[in-house]
Amino acid sequence: MALRRLMSGNEALARGAFEAGVTVGAGYPGTPSTEILENLALYKPDVYCEWSPNEKVAFEVAAGASLAGARSIVTMKHVGLNVAADPLMTLSYISVEGGFVACVADDPGMHSSQNEQDTRNYARFAKIPLFEPSDSQEACDFIKMAIEVSEQFKTPVILRTTTRVSHSRSLVELSERKPSGKKIGLAKNPPRFVPIPVWGRPMRQRVEDRLIRLKALSESSPANRMEWRNRDLGIITSSISYQYAREVWPEASVLKLGMSYPFPEAMMREFAAGVSNLLVVEELDDFIEQHVRALGLACRGRDVVPGIMELSVDRLLAAKALLEGKTPQVSMPSAYGGRLPPRPPVLCPGCPHRGIFYALSKKKVLVTGDIGCYSLGAFPPLDRMDSILCMGAGISMAHGLEKAGEPSKVVGIVGDSTFFHSGITGLLDIAYNSGHSTIIVLDNRTTAMTGHQDHPGTGRTLMGERAKAISIEDIGRACGIERVSVINPYDLDGVDRVISEEIAADKPSLIVSRAPCPLRERKMVGERRKIKAEECKSCELCLNLGCPAIEGTEEGPRINETLCAGCGLCEQVCPAGAIGSIVRGEKE
Amino acid sequence: MNEQTRSIVIVGVGGQGILLASEILAQAAMLEGYDVKTNEVHGMAQRGGSVMAQIRYGKKVHSPLVARNEADILGALEKIEALRYADYLKPEGLAAVSTQAVMPVTVSSGGARYPENAEELLRQAFPRLLYIDAAKIASDLGDIRTANIVLLGAISQGLDLAEQSWEKAIILCVKEKFLEINRKAFAAGRCYS
Repeated sequence: MALRRLMSGNEALARGAFEAGVTVGAGYPGTPSTEILENLALYKPDVYCEWSPNEKVAFEVAAGASLAGARSIVTMKHVGLNVAADPLMTLSYISVEGGFVACVADDPGMHSSQNEQDTRNYARFAKIPLFEPSDSQEACDFIKMAIEVSEQFKTPVILRTTTRVSHSRSLVELSERKPSGKKIGLAKNPPRFVPIPVWGRPMRQRVEDRLIRLKALSESSPANRMEWRNRDLGIITSSISYQYAREVWPEASVLKLGMSYPFPEAMMREFAAGVSNLLVVEELDDFIEQHVRALGLACRGRDVVPGIMELSVDRLLAAKALLEGKTPQVSMPSAYGGRLPPRPPVLCPGCPHRGIFYALSKKKVLVTGDIGCYSLGAFPPLDRMDSILCMGAGISMAHGLEKAGEPSKVVGIVGDSTFFHSGITGLLDIAYNSGHSTIIVLDNRTTAMTGHQDHPGTGRTLMGERAKAISIEDIGRACGIERVSVINPYDLDGVDRVISEEIAADKPSLIVSRAPCPLRERKMVGERRKIKAEECKSCELCLNLGCPAIEGTEEGPRINETLCAGCGLCEQVCPAGAIGSIVRGEKE
Repeated sequence: MNEQTRSIVIVGVGGQGILLASEILAQAAMLEGYDVKTNEVHGMAQRGGSVMAQIRYGKKVHSPLVARNEADILGALEKIEALRYADYLKPEGLAAVSTQAVMPVTVSSGGARYPENAEELLRQAFPRLLYIDAAKIASDLGDIRTANIVLLGAISQGLDLAEQSWEKAIILCVKEKFLEINRKAFAAGRCYS
């Protein structure tokens, strides 16, 4: 019997890519996609993997590798494909040589994302094939098919997962790696690879021709199948929705789309003709349903299956009731739910970002934020973030607010990994267009939120090798920012002084707040602190830090010794001097 | 092999080791030849937020997610998290709840209140309740961080997986130098009554 292993969808994608003979992988971390590349890197030296500064770069790295003839993948979360949309749209024209698959993970329900966009639309937009696995076995199988289709039709392919496909574990049968026989080396052919108009126009035609051939493939792809059971109800579905639909309607016939674009139209017609009632079950946009309707086939779908937030067996049970003309059972949230204190995610004890947000909470400024752990600075009690748009926007939007005449001073916040991702061009803009914004880079020496990946500033690569650590200060100066300073976020007085000076300055400034993420370092920031109860005046100012280690009790605040990371911020904010280090060996 | 699909939900606070407990459970079921699916949340929710892992095993499992009112067992490493997800448990299901209380930041910063009568609420909510001081048991054994495995031992009481499957699963999932303490932690939870 073949070796079977319990794998997450992301691990299975990495395994499938390895088995498919992929030799180059690039990406930028983003939940829920991150573990694909992390796991693929474990197959070194058979595979070269890198974290690129952003998704556009990663996409182009993998595209370059493909043009050389290597099988390659690029990984990202859904919003990352917006960043990489430029190379995506034209790679479709210039076509690929070695199999090229963009693994893109959507986040229905917005578990860890700022929006809920549906990546399937990009496949239609770029006129390229789309694969959608519904579990880990399919993730492993489909990426192999996707590489094959890509190479055969010389097209980039999108493989789309969702949070539940990427992060659910299920059994996968492992096979041997089948390396590509292709010789590496780009065969010079400008009319194929250079889309200046004279050569681009024929490419445009080739894209349409390819799409017609791909449609024929989709009709016969083993990824698309009809499961005939009871003919009363037929369900067209894809991705994780298939699994939920099977639980809710075990007797129904199903058209399961694994290669869901281009649509297998003949198959859709045949399936619709074989059942009395047709239902489309899909998460997010009505991507399939619109096409079913365009074919003139009557169906139910979005009228009973919600298109906002992720689906579940519970939500499909409600859809089933509606379909049967019954009133769906109102899902009863836990009877205790409403009475319980919410538990939102928080900045960890000892987090270096806390000092900066605390200092900013004392200032009358607007704060344009960005994407990362520091997004959590938006929650009370710190409550110090006024906007978040996308990667890098913390810098550029500060500049825009200023140019619009915003009466408050504006401080832009960005993380270290995010700075390298999309912050540099914004900084350049501020220097070039005579802005005055104060930009703070929260440099915790890692891409923390996604699980501590390296980036150009850390001096390490995904392959585990030492690398040049790029200096944020040097980049700032090179962008034309003259006022560049580095601060220690655990020194509140210093932080306050520097931020005040830089806000007041009549030139733009870059402040780098530097301290490594203690969660990554796995060590204490300093000595654990305790509150001397007899000296505590119960003013509760320490609670304004929003530190999970400081608990407000009836008898006044106390520090949870097992949680305290010893950053000492609470000692600095205590006006009564009631907080001090726990001397080694001393018990509470 | 049991014909019916079993569903287990384990909840707690990010960082308590729910994922390891879920992984061991899934391995144990897999070793007995079951089809297994699990689900867990990564990313932002892990930063001290409320977290959940779900495991389903049976002859053939489709959904990796447990529906409301479906779980045979609800395991909780934090008291009020058990209450938060009480609706996942079947009326006749087993709740294995650690007596630990972890203050949410909404409470520590003074906005919300942590229910003082949490234990009473638990007894009301769960007719079949195993109320276990997993943290103290783990701490007495020598490592408070194995509270998750003590709880897993308690959860195992409600499942029909064989002793040797658990033993093998722990060996597969735990680093060798922590193996002994985790074995003891599991055994302590498994015989707790």
